[in-house]
Amino acid sequence: MLTKRIIPCLDIKDGRTVKGINFENIRDAGDPVELGAFYAEQGADELVFLDITATVEKRKTLSELVNKISHRINIPFTVGGGISSIEDVSVLLQNGADKISVNTAAFKNPALIAGLAREFGSQCVVLAIDTKQEADGEWYVYLNGGRTKTDMRCEDWARQAVDLGAGEILLTSMNHDGTKQGFALDITEKLATGLPVPVIASGGGGTMPHFVEVFTKGKADAALAASIFHFKEIAIPDLKQFLRDAGIEVRH
Amino acid sequence: MKLAIVKYNAGNIQSVLYALERIGMEAAVTDDHRVLSEADKVIFPGVGEASTAMQYLAERGLDTLLKNLTQPVLGICLGMQLMCNHSEENDTDCLGIFDTRVKRFTVDLKIPQIGWNSIEQTRGPLFEGIPAGAYTYFVHSYYAELCSETAAVTHYGAPFSSALQKNNFYGVQFHPEKSAAIGEQILRNFIRIK
Repeated sequence: MLTKRIIPCLDIKDGRTVKGINFENIRDAGDPVELGAFYAEQGADELVFLDITATVEKRKTLSELVNKISHRINIPFTVGGGISSIEDVSVLLQNGADKISVNTAAFKNPALIAGLAREFGSQCVVLAIDTKQEADGEWYVYLNGGRTKTDMRCEDWARQAVDLGAGEILLTSMNHDGTKQGFALDITEKLATGLPVPVIASGGGGTMPHFVEVFTKGKADAALAASIFHFKEIAIPDLKQFLRDAGIEVRH
Repeated sequence: MKLAIVKYNAGNIQSVLYALERIGMEAAVTDDHRVLSEADKVIFPGVGEASTAMQYLAERGLDTLLKNLTQPVLGICLGMQLMCNHSEENDTDCLGIFDTRVKRFTVDLKIPQIGWNSIEQTRGPLFEGIPAGAYTYFVHSYYAELCSETAAVTHYGAPFSSALQKNNFYGVQFHPEKSAAIGEQILRNFIRIK
């Protein structure tokens, strides 16, 4: 049976992992390659590396880093952050990334999704959506790392992107991100059951029962988290055991 | 040991090269007929689309070369599918090494299948020491039907051939190069085949 996936996310700035990471058993937890390899050994199913480097001239650093990661890590990984062209993606895939994620650039130019799917196949095109539930109860798409609101409903944009060729949706609820109060179950469930592609839930995972919930009630295909893994609040082997005990099939 | 990886217009070839490096093996990535023919083992990887890949192989005479190889050959993902008789992907006639057909998953499933799924009923040297139900990483929208050459079975909606074997030809639908320690063991097993 196809298993549910656990995906640690590493934020990268200027080639280094950011957020205060504290792992005494890793030589250099600021090194994305070392930290990624650690998670792979711990049983992570995939990794996401999100580049938050602001400047264009640092992009070369990213492709070099992706090359190092792909030499070292024996599980699939996605690279995202500031990707806006077929050329950007081509370089990352040639350096060994398995998938890339697009967000703001794809919203501003939806043809990018179709172009990427045609050129490289839907299987490597992940659409990342940052979404927020407003007072009217609707979930809207936000851009630029959550700084810019749009009038587009999350479900409408996700549907459109899948029709254009997105092969997977990485859904981050801004209402839940950082709260550790649990994932956004309703919007995750809507997308996961309504769309013909896998949905990765992100934002709000704080305890092991939250992960059970996002798979059972939220129907997510995968769950992504960052700080709870980085700060060792949850160890991946413990989480996998907890999920198995709850009757959820995970890789072990 | 001379290992050769078939170079053609498909993605993911670097990942296979790096995975081999991690288990201490070097490989030549080549479309040179002589290098491929003289290699001890040939790996035929790939992520891409069937008809354009077959056309590319045919234009370079690699289709005839591949099916006449006598050393162990390992097809991965699209590579394995191209070793079958026919693919529904753009109605493509393939190499005809494995006597089975490649079909698209039915529409009520999420397509592509992305993620870790278990391999059952494994047989042959590729799976020596691999526990039943081991998990490997899959990314695909098309699958090979079950047949007498099936060497591993995986369920996604229905059972399909997650591995095939006929004589010196081996094929896996999953990605051993991305399947953590299990994948590395399968690659090592392939390299050890006499």
